[in-house]
Amino acid sequence: MLQRIYDWIDDRIDVTPLWRDVADHEVPEHVNPGYHFSAFVYCFGGLTFFTVVIQILSGMFLTMYYVPDIVNAHASVEYLQTDVAFGMIVRGMHHWGASVVIVMVFLHTLRVFFTGSYKKPREINWVVGVLLFFIILGLGFTGYLLPWDMKAYFATQVGLEIAESVPVVGDLASNLLAGGEFIGAQTLTRFFAIHVFFLPGALLGLIAIHFIMIRRQGISGPL
Amino acid sequence: MEKNHNVSRRQFLTYALLGTGGFMAAGLIMPMVRFGVDPILQADAEDDMIDVVGVDELTDVPQAFDMEYEQDHGWHVEQVTETVWMFLEGDEVVALSPTCTHLGCTVSWGTDADNPEQFFCPCHFGRFERDGTNVPGTPPTEPLHRYDHEVRDGRVLLGSPSPQL
Ligand code: FES
Repeated sequence: MLQRIYDWIDDRIDVTPLWRDVADHEVPEHVNPGYHFSAFVYCFGGLTFFTVVIQILSGMFLTMYYVPDIVNAHASVEYLQTDVAFGMIVRGMHHWGASVVIVMVFLHTLRVFFTGSYKKPREINWVVGVLLFFIILGLGFTGYLLPWDMKAYFATQVGLEIAESVPVVGDLASNLLAGGEFIGAQTLTRFFAIHVFFLPGALLGLIAIHFIMIRRQGISGPL
Repeated sequence: MEKNHNVSRRQFLTYALLGTGGFMAAGLIMPMVRFGVDPILQADAEDDMIDVVGVDELTDVPQAFDMEYEQDHGWHVEQVTETVWMFLEGDEVVALSPTCTHLGCTVSWGTDADNPEQFFCPCHFGRFERDGTNVPGTPPTEPLHRYDHEVRDGRVLLGSPSPQL
């Protein structure tokens, strides 16, 4: 049955070469933990991507209940966490996953650094990777405020004061982020927009570039 | 014969990997899907009868009364005011929902100058008789819904509206 549906589609739009191109490729021996156990360090990039996918999915589901409004934000988070079936698990995935992503990015970066994979011709990919790292930190920072509790408020307060401490443009940057002089209704909607639209958009674009470059250049050689 | 039951090494690996992968994917997706569809699996809030008006205020001319209750929106509780058309049919209390059975506009009593003894819906000129029956030839296809009611200590208590057929 499935085979016939697949054949029907394949007959018409020839999908086989497409997915073969994405999924079917040789993995060099030096990155296969079956040959060298230490090669498991090559998993961190994939694990980063995997946790990012979990973040995107769980985040999409959370927005079914979340409202970015100072009156209801905390109440809606409390409701989805305590009253909705599996709320604790889905919010838990997003909450703990946020930390896991940062840990994985960090380990992936260390692996790339210590295997010298950032060297010519892969410098552009390193730069894109660093941008991705900043975007992920930005996602962590903007997501922190959304539950609108005390911890969220003061963490953001600290973040904004750090922005403010930048010479010359500090005040402007902090006002732009907060949507005004203080942390309030405008800050919450701004952080929500940045967290769910701006940064994920940039993240997906850069991830695509990151992956295309890997496929173009291949994995760097053995140490 | 025996040969046919053998599972090749490749097949075994495929099954094992697909099985494990599927199990892990399901473990991730299942909570999210259940989380998302929660509203449709939520049991309907059981309706309490709501005290609306004293029987002595009713006449045999339909009058609009307000029915007030709290509606639970998950993290938000809203105070809702609903209009009900009520009158006496002999001794019997009749409570009709003002929601037009065509496409949901709101009907009023006697607002059509040509038919002062009918309910009238301004959206597509739907009309209903005093007892809620839809006038043939106008858009609505069924009578106005009727509220369950109860009279206790001279007060009228209303439940929820249901189709009258
Ligand atoms: S909604 Fe009342 S007539 Fe159409």
